[in-house]
Amino acid sequence: MTEKNESSAAETLLRVEHLTMRFGGLLAIDDLSFDVGEGAITALIGPNGAGKTTVFNCITGFYKPSSGRLALRHGDGTVWNELAMLTDSGARSVTTGNGALFLLERMPDYLVAQRARVARTFQNIRLFPGMTVLENLLVAQHNRLMLASGYTLLGVLGFPSYAHAERSAIDKARDWLDRIGLAARADDPAGDLPYGAQRRLEIARAMCTDPVLLCLDEPAAGLNPRESAELNALLLAIRDEFRIAVLLIEHDMTVVMEISDHIVVLDYGVKIADGVPDAVRNDDKVIAAYLGVAEDQVGEAEAEVGL
Amino acid sequence: MTALANSAGENPRPHQALAHGRVDAMAALRDAGITAAIAFGLFLPLIGFQTTVNGENALILITRWPLLLAVVAAVGIGRLGYSVLLEPRLRQRAMRPIATTPSALRTFVGQWFVPFGIAFVAAYPALVLATVGFSRSVKWIDNFGIQILIYVMLGWGLNIVVGLAGLLDLGYVAFYAVGAYSYALLAKTLDLSFWVLLPISGILASFWGILLGFPVLRLRGDYLAIVTLAFGEIIRLVIINFTALTNGYAGIGGIPRPSFFGIPFNADDNGFAAVFGLPFSPVYRVIFLYYVILALALLTAFVTVRLRRLPVGRAWEALREDEIACRSLGINTTNTKLTAFAMGAMFAGFAGSFFATRQGFISPESFTFLESATILSIVVLGGMGSQVGVAIAAIVMIGGTEIMRDLDFLKKIFGQTFDPTQYRMLIFGFAMVLIMVWRPRGLISTRAPSVVLKERKSISADLVKEGHG
Repeated sequence: MTEKNESSAAETLLRVEHLTMRFGGLLAIDDLSFDVGEGAITALIGPNGAGKTTVFNCITGFYKPSSGRLALRHGDGTVWNELAMLTDSGARSVTTGNGALFLLERMPDYLVAQRARVARTFQNIRLFPGMTVLENLLVAQHNRLMLASGYTLLGVLGFPSYAHAERSAIDKARDWLDRIGLAARADDPAGDLPYGAQRRLEIARAMCTDPVLLCLDEPAAGLNPRESAELNALLLAIRDEFRIAVLLIEHDMTVVMEISDHIVVLDYGVKIADGVPDAVRNDDKVIAAYLGVAEDQVGEAEAEVGL
Repeated sequence: MTALANSAGENPRPHQALAHGRVDAMAALRDAGITAAIAFGLFLPLIGFQTTVNGENALILITRWPLLLAVVAAVGIGRLGYSVLLEPRLRQRAMRPIATTPSALRTFVGQWFVPFGIAFVAAYPALVLATVGFSRSVKWIDNFGIQILIYVMLGWGLNIVVGLAGLLDLGYVAFYAVGAYSYALLAKTLDLSFWVLLPISGILASFWGILLGFPVLRLRGDYLAIVTLAFGEIIRLVIINFTALTNGYAGIGGIPRPSFFGIPFNADDNGFAAVFGLPFSPVYRVIFLYYVILALALLTAFVTVRLRRLPVGRAWEALREDEIACRSLGINTTNTKLTAFAMGAMFAGFAGSFFATRQGFISPESFTFLESATILSIVVLGGMGSQVGVAIAAIVMIGGTEIMRDLDFLKKIFGQTFDPTQYRMLIFGFAMVLIMVWRPRGLISTRAPSVVLKERKSISADLVKEGHG
């Protein structure tokens, strides 16, 4: 058992341990632990109000969890050895020769994106509607461009280093626009795009920040079947070509079952299942949570779920 | 088809009728009647009655029925005219599909407006000298040229904060005051030249911008507006009450005037006129000041245009569009807001030190909330984020005020006691209402993208957010 944990630990990218989030008297997440594997698609599913988005907000630094540890690694698996030391030191992160380790619960939201390189999208799309598609993708590369513009000073004076950096940023943006099929609309305002294109653009924008972990909050919501299939292809490309881990909240089970490597099921803030798609699909607790149970079985089911 | 039209004609939907430019006469009359009634209620105590003191020093009440009647009739007829003539047209305009390709004239004006404008402004003193002559040109260059350019510069500075970053700042005049007092005090005590103190004043003002911004910028929207308003007042009150440093209400006089790179503008033997072998005239100094403020204003515009294309400028606009999305992309929003605040404050500081050297005397009177409101209305009327729009709004608002001082012929009509400048605010109010009806997002409301891949398209104001602070 211990051995198995050790071996999977080397492939773990993000480790969520005993995450608890309280809003006043409401316990939104109760002692949740799961792992996100490197280069894998992990789906976080559950009925409405299960606390999925709250988990996202904790991971990306928008909420500060009431308790728990959220550790993310860069580089190879050996940096996990630093975890205990980092936790005790009170620091946000530690960098070793082989990589770095970050404790996300200690970092403000923008540093989670900037340093720990966790990118996210939102359930209700949050593009910059009055800016063009291209500008949206350039804003995502802000920190690199800021450095190249000498924190604005060299840029105002017109140094060539910035022009060069901007060109490569535009190239990267164009690359993503080709990939999501929006190259022809690069100079249109993002608010003018149809809904499905806005969803794809938001994913491309998140990818332009060069993340190690991409958190997608219901990327398939409001998409038609064809767009859904395109989304699946895009996410698989992100996983296989870029080797980027994806953490996904989704209600669309065709998306979830088709592309996920690993599924975590949440109900009322509690983890009720965790495993590969086939195992989760046949799990009694999951079926009960989604479909409900017959009235005479309620007591039994509640006991089983732990309520 | 006819049957359809007939059946529709029996029961026309009101908005359809209006859309075709037809007017419901009864509704228009009713509207005018209601408006006139409201006007009567409002103006009865304000215009209908007047208390005055008679020869025996007793308070008496006089009534002004004809005037009241005239005002109420004007309001009623105005409303009728609006609903009969203007409203159907506005409605039709709203129904018309938006032209995708602008007309040839529009493209031509759009292309040549800025170069032509800069050329005109650069040649303005020469044009004035040629048309009104040497002795009368001081008024035209100083009261119009310099005064307008100061506000253009202030408008462009505030445009960074309000237009680009979307932070509503009601206390912008505070940084103008910091710049002016920095220059006045340092020039008088350290005897440094204008060109040394100009950057120092700018740095001090932006330092105050950061200092005030730090606690304030975690607030948003209305709360931010109120607190910046309070900070503007606090700085003014400190200037009034810190008499040991600022001389309070009495202000600071005898501020060193600018020199032409060391040559003073006076009637001495080593003065500007004597050195260049010209007859002495105050015009030279005014022309020099004009070009100084023109250079400062163009610097502001140039830096803003540059900044918009840099990551920091794009981050400002992104912040205005969606702050949470910015944070999810790793942008430090506090720092980004602070840079916008500091940058706007710096240009206000430049303008303030120029103001001090031009006037030679400053007092807290020059830095009241009304100034902040004027600058903000220039930005809002011009169209938030648009440089050209702000410049036009400044010319109209400040130039309009100055022109009203000159309308002497109105005294012949309304009597010698009539002072047109007294009606300035009333006219501004009308102008604002008209602009808000005609162009709710300012004169130039479209946004130009900061970077283009293939084709430059302007972005409709409907999509651009106004910012929440």
